[in-house]
Amino acid sequence: MTSALLQVTDLQTRFHTPEGIVHAVNGISFHINEGETVAIVGESGCGKSVSMMSLLKLIPTPPGEISSGTAIYRGTDLLQKSEREMEDIRGKDIAMIFQDPMTSLNPVLTLGRQLTESMREHLGFTKEQAEERAVQMLEQVGIPDARRRINEYPHQFSGGMRQRVMIAMALSCAPSLLIADEPTTALDVTIQAQIVELVARIRESLHMAIIWITHDLGVVAGMADRVIVMYAGFIVEEADVNDLYDSPGHPYTLALLAALPRIDRRRDHHLKSIAGSPPNLLVAPHGCPFAPRCEFVIEKCRQENPPLIQIEKNHSSACWVDVKTGAPR
Amino acid sequence: MSDSNTLVEVKNLKKHFPVTRGIILQRKVGVVRAVDGISFSIQRGETLGMVGESGCGKTTAGRTMLGLYPATDGSVIIDGDDILHARGKDQLKIRRKAQIIFQDPYASLNPRWTVNSIVSEPMRVHKLFATEKERSERAKDLLGMVGLSPHLLNRFPHEFSGGQRQRIGIARALASDPLFIVCDEPISALDVSIQAQVVNLLEKLQDQLSLTYLFVAHDLSMVRHICDRVAVMYLGVIVEIAEQNELYENPLHPYTQALLSAVPVPDPRKERARKRTILVGDVPSPINPPSGCRFHPRCPVAIEKCKDIVPEWREVSPQHWVACHLVN
Repeated sequence: MTSALLQVTDLQTRFHTPEGIVHAVNGISFHINEGETVAIVGESGCGKSVSMMSLLKLIPTPPGEISSGTAIYRGTDLLQKSEREMEDIRGKDIAMIFQDPMTSLNPVLTLGRQLTESMREHLGFTKEQAEERAVQMLEQVGIPDARRRINEYPHQFSGGMRQRVMIAMALSCAPSLLIADEPTTALDVTIQAQIVELVARIRESLHMAIIWITHDLGVVAGMADRVIVMYAGFIVEEADVNDLYDSPGHPYTLALLAALPRIDRRRDHHLKSIAGSPPNLLVAPHGCPFAPRCEFVIEKCRQENPPLIQIEKNHSSACWVDVKTGAPR
Repeated sequence: MSDSNTLVEVKNLKKHFPVTRGIILQRKVGVVRAVDGISFSIQRGETLGMVGESGCGKTTAGRTMLGLYPATDGSVIIDGDDILHARGKDQLKIRRKAQIIFQDPYASLNPRWTVNSIVSEPMRVHKLFATEKERSERAKDLLGMVGLSPHLLNRFPHEFSGGQRQRIGIARALASDPLFIVCDEPISALDVSIQAQVVNLLEKLQDQLSLTYLFVAHDLSMVRHICDRVAVMYLGVIVEIAEQNELYENPLHPYTQALLSAVPVPDPRKERARKRTILVGDVPSPINPPSGCRFHPRCPVAIEKCKDIVPEWREVSPQHWVACHLVN
């Protein structure tokens, strides 16, 4: 078995708020191998972003608290590192791009200044070297006239162009892991297609591992090797991409796929909606978090939260019921 | 041309916004041609989808049709009455027939008003019932229709989730017994599992109340599911209109083709095998739209003619209209 690039075990993140404790991430474990693309799928508030921010120690504490877990990256635990040590890792070994390219760029600094910062910091480049590399990076992500545009400010770029700049910035130190947090959600489909193609091309050339956080099961289908489905701070299913779509093993995944209209199919039925809404994270989890909305629910689900168990090779699901037969496991 | 089956008839609708410079002495330095001459009609009971990238003018078109923005030019006939040119009592009477559901369920409900005030507001404006008590009763019924419990009547918007708020917005739109509702991206702010609930609700209400919808959206998969006909907008103009299956299976305009090919399908094998037409660049500015066909700078198959001559709006097969020089 090849050793994982990143092995996360029992990660738990909470937020202490005036209303009580928000149980954002409730003990999740997963790994990612070198060069692999893993998608983390879930709705807003399912903990997909918070868990990734926790790994990079980007959670403000307080109110946040990483209350347990380890994240072994190339032999050392990220969660035990000091802020100073994390600064060396962020941007250099593990880079992150965010959903909103406008708010993640500094509006009063030129792109050149923002792009060269991490290279001068991490790689010890001089200003000239870093600028030269920044121009190359911008050209690589498809920004025309890069040498001139490097002196412009973020507002002079469109949304899609800004996301390209963010990608150029994230890749400038050739990280081994890129965490992309809904990078195309704010963009139009035509621009989304451009960005997805760009990331796929760069992944090939840099042999980089990618964690792609999204709620869009369409984008996932095209680019991920493996998919992790999250609900209410838990991982409810994990599978290779083909298996997940061919035979979803968790009622939530099943319901999500059934709730999606398909552009490649004629309409033949009403969409299957999922009744109710996601649980309130202020309430400590008890039983399976999906039980109140689940059509396969049995009594045991309300009492005991099912662990993530292997149901087939490379396919795990956290459910007391076999969704194919409807019988308890 | 229009018959009794046509509920909404839009002719050459334009909405230009002035671009000004200076704070006190404002000078007009240009115009944003957000909607630049669109014409279409909607049949009774039909759902017309309106799709396009952000900034193409689809939301502005919907709002201008209802007179929420004063139109620069053109006319909108709803159920035989001209909604844009009526004034006073006539205007109120026509506006009762046409309502809107907004995109953002957080910004479109007044946070200081109870659900009761929000939902009965249209009844108050249109003087539909004699007393507040009757209006509250009607508001309760409306909540029931949109799947909310009537005892929530005295709650405030912040006590509801996004999906529930959107239901309140729908109840408000129904309060004046409209014939026609503009649904302005009603589901794009919602999570996937909630989207299907709201879409199913809209479809149920359409059946029950014989409503006609203009469904403005950028989610092309959802539009295919919910709409009978679809109009594709680009930079303020409609480039193609067709019946839903025809448009998705036989798109004629190069922009429609590119737009459809960009939509990902939740099926890994299909998705990897698919050939995409990836458009280069972004939508140009509507302040100075390109000459000739507005799509020509991004069009993969543009010819010389496209740069200078505006393509004619033609019906190429029954009910399938397109504006492109290259379509025979």
